[in-house]
Amino acid sequence: MSVLVNKDSKIIVQGFTGSEGTFHAGQMIDYGTNVVGGVTPGKGGQEHLGKPVFNTVQEAVEKAGADVTIIFVPPAFAADAIKEAADAGIKVIITITEGIPVADMVKAADYIKDKNCRLVGPNCPGVITPGEAKVGIMPGFVFKKGKVGIVSKSGTLTYEASDQVVKQGYGISTAIGIGGDPIIGTTTKEAVELFMNDPETEAIVMIGEIGGQLEADAAKWIKETGNKKPVIGFIAGETAPAGRTMGHAGAIVGGSEDTAQAKKAIMKECGIHVVDSPAEIGKKVAEVLA
Amino acid sequence: MNLHEYQGKEILASYGVTIQRGKVATTADEAVAAAKELTEETGTGWHVIKAQVHAGGRGKGGGVKLAKNLDQVKEISGQIIGMDLVTPQTTAEGKRVHQVLVAEDVYEPGEAEIEEFYMSVLLDRGQGKNMIMYSTEGGMDIETVAEETPHLIFTETIDPAHGLQGFQARRIAFNLGLSGKAFKEMTKFVNSLYNAYLGSDSALFEINPVLKASNNTIIAVDCKITLDENALFRHKDLEALRDVREENATEVEAREVGLNYVDLDGNVGCMVNGAGLAMATMDLIKQAGGEPANFLDVGGTADAKRVEEAFRIILKDDKVEAILVNIFGGIVRCDRVAQGIVDAYKNMGDAMNVPLIVRLQGTNAEIAKELIDNSGMDVQSAVEFQEAADKVQAVLAK
Repeated sequence: MSVLVNKDSKIIVQGFTGSEGTFHAGQMIDYGTNVVGGVTPGKGGQEHLGKPVFNTVQEAVEKAGADVTIIFVPPAFAADAIKEAADAGIKVIITITEGIPVADMVKAADYIKDKNCRLVGPNCPGVITPGEAKVGIMPGFVFKKGKVGIVSKSGTLTYEASDQVVKQGYGISTAIGIGGDPIIGTTTKEAVELFMNDPETEAIVMIGEIGGQLEADAAKWIKETGNKKPVIGFIAGETAPAGRTMGHAGAIVGGSEDTAQAKKAIMKECGIHVVDSPAEIGKKVAEVLA
Repeated sequence: MNLHEYQGKEILASYGVTIQRGKVATTADEAVAAAKELTEETGTGWHVIKAQVHAGGRGKGGGVKLAKNLDQVKEISGQIIGMDLVTPQTTAEGKRVHQVLVAEDVYEPGEAEIEEFYMSVLLDRGQGKNMIMYSTEGGMDIETVAEETPHLIFTETIDPAHGLQGFQARRIAFNLGLSGKAFKEMTKFVNSLYNAYLGSDSALFEINPVLKASNNTIIAVDCKITLDENALFRHKDLEALRDVREENATEVEAREVGLNYVDLDGNVGCMVNGAGLAMATMDLIKQAGGEPANFLDVGGTADAKRVEEAFRIILKDDKVEAILVNIFGGIVRCDRVAQGIVDAYKNMGDAMNVPLIVRLQGTNAEIAKELIDNSGMDVQSAVEFQEAADKVQAVLAK
């Protein structure tokens, strides 16, 4: 077990033949991920990286049995790609694209809400289940197999956290990068819930940042459901000024409730092991699991 | 991307929103000419002179004044243009005013009572839907209203598939206590406003106050508009409204070379790959006894040219006493980044005049450390995050 993706996932790449899609699909295949093909409208019937190219996601589902997609389509067309995947019956839609207009995501989120699918991202590093499937742009070697689940809004901070956990002698069950945009599919709470229900995950690292209410919502849910597994938390951006966007479109302090300090206080109240220093995530995991 | 009041009002007017009309002037003489024209066009007797800067609370800083005749228009415009306007939302140095909006007086008494409301359109992140937030308490700071009288703030969530409904616009008008002509005007106002928000791909509309004038028309007297940066590719006309004079000069320069940089007040500069790690690095700098001087996400391609550009941007801030480079090399190998740093450092010569701490972690981190250590540069290298923090602390203690 693991969550979202595993060795049996049948993965396609939307935006397969573009430069980003080509590079990262190659890395995913090298990792051993079960990539069954890709989609580039107008290039159907060709072969790319030794895998078939389809014109539509529907075709990829029918002919290759695809159930997971990773989207590298440029921002102007990415929301449409998400909707196409949902319409075709893809179960897990992982969207890497950064810079999708908010108005497009409002519509895409509404379009997929009644479909039987889960969106991860956009503006995220993807999902990795070590040793089974890397469906993202993360460096695979940082993630050794183990029992700690990671959910994070950030890419490199996820690699940092995993590296620290691995150096303490532990490993990762699945790492989910949920993305730093104002509108994202899978929330912190939903990712935590997946890990709570995963028998292979024994502890959860939850990494957030300033802006929005996702971490507070997750913390409250963790407490309400009885803190079934230990959760180690960190929130980036204690030193970020209010009203300024810090790289991620969603990383902006709008009021007194979405500062790093406020989020950490709620997380502590809800029984989460909060670290103030990003250098102590791994140490805290070891301490909690010891 | 933020707009000036006058730019925002032009967008609103193009969607049929009734606005307080005005003309922009960059000198006192232009202001007088604008006032004359405005009187001819609108019949306004008095004029309101409004500083055009990207900051709220302009009235409190003396940036909005009423002129009762053309002499006063000239005098007031002369005072405001060129001043460094200090408001609750600016720094203590204030913002230089380059232009004023000479606007009509919409507060002339008449048959009906004049009322001020508040209205904004924005994204409700929790629901992933747009909403209209409004209040009977206009002309005041909305944060204060939210704290003192939260029951006077209402919201209307918009269904993304169906848009703003007629009953929602009516509910807004009823909740604001309107009837008759003002009621109809308000429903029209709300519809036009929402269309303008969608049409311009905005991230925020704030109209404060929305005025019910003495003739029962509904008017946007002020407006704050923030456009969605990610949607500007399909609004070239709106992108042209960017006023770089309102932004931090170093931030503008960084954007032009593709670096994501935010200027801060501290003494330790930083260069990091990834936004989350960059924020975490800033936090660690503070825990090490310093204050971050900036946020800088160098992105995925940290080659010599980019690193050098980043160093030059960071060093424009003369408060910087040390620089911490924190790169987690994933697909980009650390030894390549290290070579970039060495090359950039050498290219910069004496321009690099503060201690540098470089932490490279990830692919080939050890080789990278050797490369840095053997380069002959006066650089402290680190592999672990905490090690980097300790070195920052040691440098600051000297």
